[in-house]
Amino acid sequence: MPENGSRPQVEPDLTVNFAGIRSPNPFWLASAPPTNSGEQVMRAFDAGWGGAVWKTIGEPIVNVSSRYSSIDWNGQRMMGLNNIELISDRPLEDNLREIAEVKKRYPRHAVVASLMVESKREAWHTIVAQAEDAGADGLELNFGCPHGMSERGMGSAVGQVPEYTEMITAWVKEKAKTPVIVKLTPNIADITVIARAAKRGGADAVSAINTINSITGIDLDTFIPRPNVDGKSSHGGYCGPAVRPIALNMVQQVASDPEAALPISGIGGIANWQDAAEFILLGCGTVQVCTAVMHYGYRIVEDMIDGLTNWMRQKGFATIEDFRGLSVGRVTEWKHLNLSYKIVARIDEAKCIGCELCYIACWDGAHQCIHLDRVSGPVDGHDVELHTPPAAIEAATRASIAVTPIPKLDGHGPATGATPLARIPRVDETECVGCNLCSLVCPVEQCITMVEVETGKGPETWEERTSSQGGAKECAPPGLTTQRS
Amino acid sequence: MRQDPSIAEKFQDLHPPFAPQAARVEADRCLNCFDAPCTAACPTHIDVPRFIGKIARDNLRGSALTILDANVLGESCSRACPVEVLCEGACVFHRCNQQPIQIARLQRFAMDAFHASGGTLPRRSAVERAEKIACIGAGPASLACAAELRQRGFQATIFERRPLPGGLNTYGVAEYKLPARASVEEIELIRKLGVEFRHGVEIATEADVAALEREFDALFLGVGLGPAHRLGIPGDDHRDVIDALEFIAQYKTDTPPQVAESVAVIGAGNTAIDAANAARRLGAANVAILYRRTQRQMPAFSFEYEHAKQEGVRFLWRVMPVRIHADEGGIRSLECVQVQIGEGGALSPVPGSTFHFDCGQIICAIGQSPLLQLLSAVRGVELRHGRVAVDRPTGRTANPKYYAGGDCVNGGREVVDAVADGKRSGIAIAEHLERAAQGAGSPEAVHA
Repeated sequence: MPENGSRPQVEPDLTVNFAGIRSPNPFWLASAPPTNSGEQVMRAFDAGWGGAVWKTIGEPIVNVSSRYSSIDWNGQRMMGLNNIELISDRPLEDNLREIAEVKKRYPRHAVVASLMVESKREAWHTIVAQAEDAGADGLELNFGCPHGMSERGMGSAVGQVPEYTEMITAWVKEKAKTPVIVKLTPNIADITVIARAAKRGGADAVSAINTINSITGIDLDTFIPRPNVDGKSSHGGYCGPAVRPIALNMVQQVASDPEAALPISGIGGIANWQDAAEFILLGCGTVQVCTAVMHYGYRIVEDMIDGLTNWMRQKGFATIEDFRGLSVGRVTEWKHLNLSYKIVARIDEAKCIGCELCYIACWDGAHQCIHLDRVSGPVDGHDVELHTPPAAIEAATRASIAVTPIPKLDGHGPATGATPLARIPRVDETECVGCNLCSLVCPVEQCITMVEVETGKGPETWEERTSSQGGAKECAPPGLTTQRS
Repeated sequence: MRQDPSIAEKFQDLHPPFAPQAARVEADRCLNCFDAPCTAACPTHIDVPRFIGKIARDNLRGSALTILDANVLGESCSRACPVEVLCEGACVFHRCNQQPIQIARLQRFAMDAFHASGGTLPRRSAVERAEKIACIGAGPASLACAAELRQRGFQATIFERRPLPGGLNTYGVAEYKLPARASVEEIELIRKLGVEFRHGVEIATEADVAALEREFDALFLGVGLGPAHRLGIPGDDHRDVIDALEFIAQYKTDTPPQVAESVAVIGAGNTAIDAANAARRLGAANVAILYRRTQRQMPAFSFEYEHAKQEGVRFLWRVMPVRIHADEGGIRSLECVQVQIGEGGALSPVPGSTFHFDCGQIICAIGQSPLLQLLSAVRGVELRHGRVAVDRPTGRTANPKYYAGGDCVNGGREVVDAVADGKRSGIAIAEHLERAAQGAGSPEAVHA
């Protein structure tokens, strides 16, 4: 890893060459409503987007209303977005004409045509030729759409069957002159199975993930799930910030599989430069954005570019390739983790505001090693310790007599002073398992930190431990294990 | 209640209610602290994070019932409480440079929704008990005591000399905080619960008390304080020298008092500030609070002081009234002298500092004396410094049949303190009578 400050300042270059498709930056719009027309795509390019995957073209369809529903969380809108909209409902010739116009006006930007037609070789050959004749820089095969189109044998109906994926990818490759990207569905047990099939079919790249099958919620007055189409709903495709961890995991699985490894365009809840950097660190060459633009508009790309550039400058990265994939190898199987590594929670008493959320989380949700009773003397250890349990602490408060302070008599004001020691929890470090939970619930930044403690033991993984004891034990369902005695 | 229609206009809400979405946004900010300091700071220990969480999750009935479970006057407390020194003052957000949760406005939001939906107070026990308890005075302490007992199935009766229930809640809290109408509506729920109210009944003599003792199994003294202190200077019997509490009660529940162009308010407690602000809103151009000591010793909360300055009230410190000058046209001026504060807080006039404060009206807010006549009529109840001496956790007096709470015990604190006292006494009375009934075999045996 480059050292901060030790190398000369570089002006980062964000340009990318993704499987042969060039674009001024890695920020592409995903195939979705924001790329529905040439007028939109040109405004997006003006705002700074480096590329756009056109809203999927094919045989025109008819849409329903309504089409979207979302999950809000703690007052934040659209933590997750769900849609039952189909592919482009505009005439094919309009889309093709506009693709040509955009390419003519924006020759340096990437325009990728997303395609979906019925599973016939001729149909695919025709649409490939039409898209490339219009000037598309590449093709994305929509094998991921989980709603509506899949009922008609398209979208995820293809992407969930490796043989179909391989076959149709191969048909496309027979005709295509531009790079072919296969868009992967997450609605499958092992995404690498489909990624491998795409590679066998000759794909030049994959994009992942498409939306996740979902029902976002139910109206508790009408009992109708959302989105409501005249009293009924249908399972839709889930996206937005909520799906990002799932997308990162699937991207890492593809990136680390030698039989699936292709350039990856990362998709799934990307809303800012930090999200983008994470996908690139796990191997993505470009990232695609939809929900955040549907929420806030094309303008969000300004800080995606600015933020990523500043971060790259700070880290000394001159190009995207300088850090692409750096974190792939940092994800490993559990059995390779170091069992001797130990961290414990430390509470910074100067920062603690006395909310005691770490205490109740540790008692009810973890390992009962954060305490409110400050005691002197040697009580830490594995002997039986008597602590006041949470319910008794709350009961004591309710039984206490409190009065409104009169300034002249009692003279205390708002809680602006230091947190009383009695409200600052303490960590029993000999009991702390280093799970992180307290530091996750603490509302104050850097108040609870996890600190490494010396165990005096050399590094040892589970694999090493079990092999030194005569071979690793396989995890098998009961009845299937061969090692039962 | 004969409140003048102009009052609502002149005394609009100081803290306007939340719109539903704003309430949910604010509720979502709450950290849901464990053993929350806000709950600990509240004299009635309302489970604040719990009721706020229920607002965030759109369970408004559950939210209101959480509040009412701890504090039957949750509506008036949400408006009248000095939350800056109570729940909101204890909010941990103060310690990380964030605004505290607006607990009072959220509480009002839940309570307003409860009242709008026609909510009623729940019973804690469906068992109907025969024991009768008298609560003397219809202020917050008695209301809380009577409601607690009624919720547990006892027969509670409140005696009140004034025509409206609520005590200072109805008659004494600044209208821009708690309108008299809101106070009365809140108490209507207690009436619906089955608490009996006997208005226009003055309990003052030993004979009155003896009659109550014959009729009731236990008595609760929630009588508040007695007459206002007088200035004790020449001219203080002028009809335009008025008591602050009477002044406030009059504008809230009767024909608004005529205010002079210039008004002097004597005293610097919270009541003085309420009266001074009211004088401004009722039309006085020049209102000044005159106080013998300095801002540091002022009994009023500092946020009340800041509010009064915003209302245009002036403060004159280290000023002692000496004499009231009046002629046929009314009061002309208040003669005052500057004082200096010596060792131990002793005040002495500054020679040659006499001045005249020109005013047509003088409002006194220098405290109230205890209700000694009534309290001395009750045999066996001990007084300490004019206050009823009680066992704090139960409110029981030296006479085991009598319990007491509120201002007559604490010398004059807040509504919420009175509610806490009344509730504690209600629980203690109920437990005492239940034990007595068990000892005697059946509840009816008590009356046999």
